[in-house]
Amino acid sequence: MSSSELSAQPVNLKLDEDTLPPQSLWRMTLRRFRRHRMAMVGLFTLMGIILYIGVGSLIFTEAFANHNDTRLRLQPPSAEHPFGTDTVGRDILARTIYGGQISIIIGLFSVIVAVSMGTAVGAVSGYYGGKVDSTLMRLTEAMLSIPTLLLLLVMAKFFSGRIPDLVIFGRTFSGSVLVIIIIIGLTSWMYLGRIVRASFLSLKESEFVLAARALGVRDRQIILAHILPNSMAPIIVAATLGVAGAILTEAYISFLGMGVRPPTATWGSMLDGAYQYIEQAPWLWFFPGLLIILTVISINFVGDGLRDALDPRSDKKV
Amino acid sequence: MGRYIARRLLQAIPLLLIISLVLFVLMQAAGDPLATLGGRQPPRAEDRARLARQWGLDQPVLVQYLYWLVGNDWAMMDSDGDGIPDQPGTRKGVLRGDFGNSLVTRQPAMEVIMERVPNTLVLMLTAQALIIVFALLVGIYSALHQYSLMDNVLTGCSFAAFSMPIFFIALFSIYLFSIRFKAWGLPSFPTGGMYDPAVGRTFAQVASHLVLPAMSIALIDIARYSRYIRSNMLEVINSDYIRTARAKGLRERYILFIHAFKNAALPLVTLIGLDLPFLLAGAVVTERIFAWPGMGRLFLDHLNRTDIPVMMGLLMMISVAVVFFQLMTDIVYTWLDPRIRYT
Repeated sequence: MSSSELSAQPVNLKLDEDTLPPQSLWRMTLRRFRRHRMAMVGLFTLMGIILYIGVGSLIFTEAFANHNDTRLRLQPPSAEHPFGTDTVGRDILARTIYGGQISIIIGLFSVIVAVSMGTAVGAVSGYYGGKVDSTLMRLTEAMLSIPTLLLLLVMAKFFSGRIPDLVIFGRTFSGSVLVIIIIIGLTSWMYLGRIVRASFLSLKESEFVLAARALGVRDRQIILAHILPNSMAPIIVAATLGVAGAILTEAYISFLGMGVRPPTATWGSMLDGAYQYIEQAPWLWFFPGLLIILTVISINFVGDGLRDALDPRSDKKV
Repeated sequence: MGRYIARRLLQAIPLLLIISLVLFVLMQAAGDPLATLGGRQPPRAEDRARLARQWGLDQPVLVQYLYWLVGNDWAMMDSDGDGIPDQPGTRKGVLRGDFGNSLVTRQPAMEVIMERVPNTLVLMLTAQALIIVFALLVGIYSALHQYSLMDNVLTGCSFAAFSMPIFFIALFSIYLFSIRFKAWGLPSFPTGGMYDPAVGRTFAQVASHLVLPAMSIALIDIARYSRYIRSNMLEVINSDYIRTARAKGLRERYILFIHAFKNAALPLVTLIGLDLPFLLAGAVVTERIFAWPGMGRLFLDHLNRTDIPVMMGLLMMISVAVVFFQLMTDIVYTWLDPRIRYT
C-alpha cells in the first residue's frame, strides 16, 4: 500500500458515512469487517475447513475412521488412502475429518466456559469493588502465576477416568472430551476477566449507569442489561482469539498423551507418538499439524478483523 | 517506594499460600503414588499400608498439606501402625526449606529439581537471547519501513509463526534439518538429547544439540515480540520529541537508536520480566520431542508416577519466581521511566 492511498482513504470514508443512511452498530461493524482483507481470507478458509469436516463425515463413517487393520499400518499416501494410514492402519484422511470435529467442538465449548467465568469474575469484581474485588483479583493472579500447561497436565490427570463416555446424537464421545473442555476453560479465563473488570470499572462511573441507579434498577439488572452490552466488543474479540488458543492447547495436551483418549480422534491426539515416526512416516504428523495451523491462523485473522471492525479507534498499527 | 515494595511482598504471602493449597489438593487427587511403585508387580497390601503410613499418605489432605508446609517434627507420629502416636516426625516442611523426598528416587526433591535447572536454563536462555535479538531486528526494520513489501511479508510470516503449534515447528525442523539434510549429504543437526554419549558433554556437542530446540522455541516468540516492538517503535518515531530532534538536525541514526529506541524498548522490559520466570518451566513439549533432559521432561516423568514432592517443588519454585519477577519488573520500570511512581 503506498502512502498516497493511505492519506486518501479517510476522506472517502467520511463521505461514505455521511451519504449513507444511519446504520445499526452491527451493520457498520460488518461493513468494516468486510474491508479487512486478511480477515475475509481467514473467514473463507475457516468455512472451507468446516465444509471439509462436515461434508467429509457424510462420505466416511465414523466406524471407518476408527477401523484399524494392522496389515495396512504406516502406508504412505496413495489413491486409496490419500493421507496415508497410521500406526494401527487407520485412514488418516477420515480421522482428520472426525478429529477436526472434536478439536473444533473443544475449541468452541471451552471458550464458552472461559468466557462465562471470565465475564462473571470481571463483572462482579469491577462492579462491586472492595473486598470482593481484591479477593477475586488475588485468585486471578494466583492462576496467572502457575504455568498453564503444567497445571493443565495435573488437572487432566486429576479428572481422567472420572467421567464416563457420553452418547450424543447416537455418537459415542470419550468422557475425556468433556474433561478437556472444562480444564481448558478453567485455565484460560484470567485475561478476559481482567479486560472485563477494566471495562466495568470505567463504565460504572458513566452517566447512564448513574441514571439507572437513580431510577432504582437492581444491581443484577445494571450489570447484565446496562454495562455488559457496552463491554461486548472486547469480549467478542477475546472469545474469537480464545477458540484458536483452545484448539492449540488441546493439541498440546493430547500431543503429550494426557488429552482425549482413543478411539475418539482429535487433531492433537493424532500427533501423539507421531514424533517416533518423524522419518519413517512424516504423513502421520504433517496432515493433522497442517490442519491445526490453517484453522488457528484463520481464526486469528478473523479475530484481528473483528478487533478493527468493532473498535475503529483501536491501534491499527499492530 | 520502600512502603510499596513491603506491601507487595506482604500481598505475595497469601497469594503463594492459595497457590500451594490449590495445587496440593489437586495433586493428592491426581493419582496414587503407591500404585506404580513395584513396577509391574503391584505392592502387597501390608507394604502399601506401611509405606502410606511412613510417607504420611494416610492422613487427611489438609493435615498432609500442613505437614508439607511446616513439617511434622513437632507432632507425634504413629510409626508402627498400632494407632498410638509414638515418635516425632522427621520432616521440616517447605517453610524451612525441606521439600520432602522424591517418592520415586528417594532423593530430596530439591536435589532432583536442581539437577535439571542448568539444562533448562542453557536451553531457555539461549532461546530468549535469540528471541530478543531477532525480534529487535525484525521489529525495528518493520517499523522503519512501514507498509513496504518486506514489512508486509514479515507481518504475514509472524502471523503464521504466531499461530503454529510448537510441536509442528519442532517436528518439521527435525525432518528438514536432520533427516532430509543427512539424506542430501548436507551437514545435519542431531535429532535429540543434549550430547552424544560416545563423545561426552563437550561444548561443541551441547551447542550442536541446542540449535534446533532453541530455534523452535524462539520462532513463535520472535513473532510475538517483534509485533510489540514494531508498534511501539512506530508510536515513538511519530511523536513530537523525535520531530524536534530531527529539526535540530541530529543524525538520523542517532535519533533512532538513542532517542527513539530507548523509549520504544520500555514495554519490552515488561514482556521479558513477565516471561523470564516461565523459562524455568521449560518447554514441556520441546523438551519431550528433542529428548532434552530439562525441567519440563522432569515434570512429565514425575507426573506419571504421581511424585508429589518433586511436582510441588517445581511448581512452587516457578510461582515464587513469577511473583518475584513481577515485583522486579515494576521496580526496574520506575527506574527506566521516571514518570511512573508507585505509592
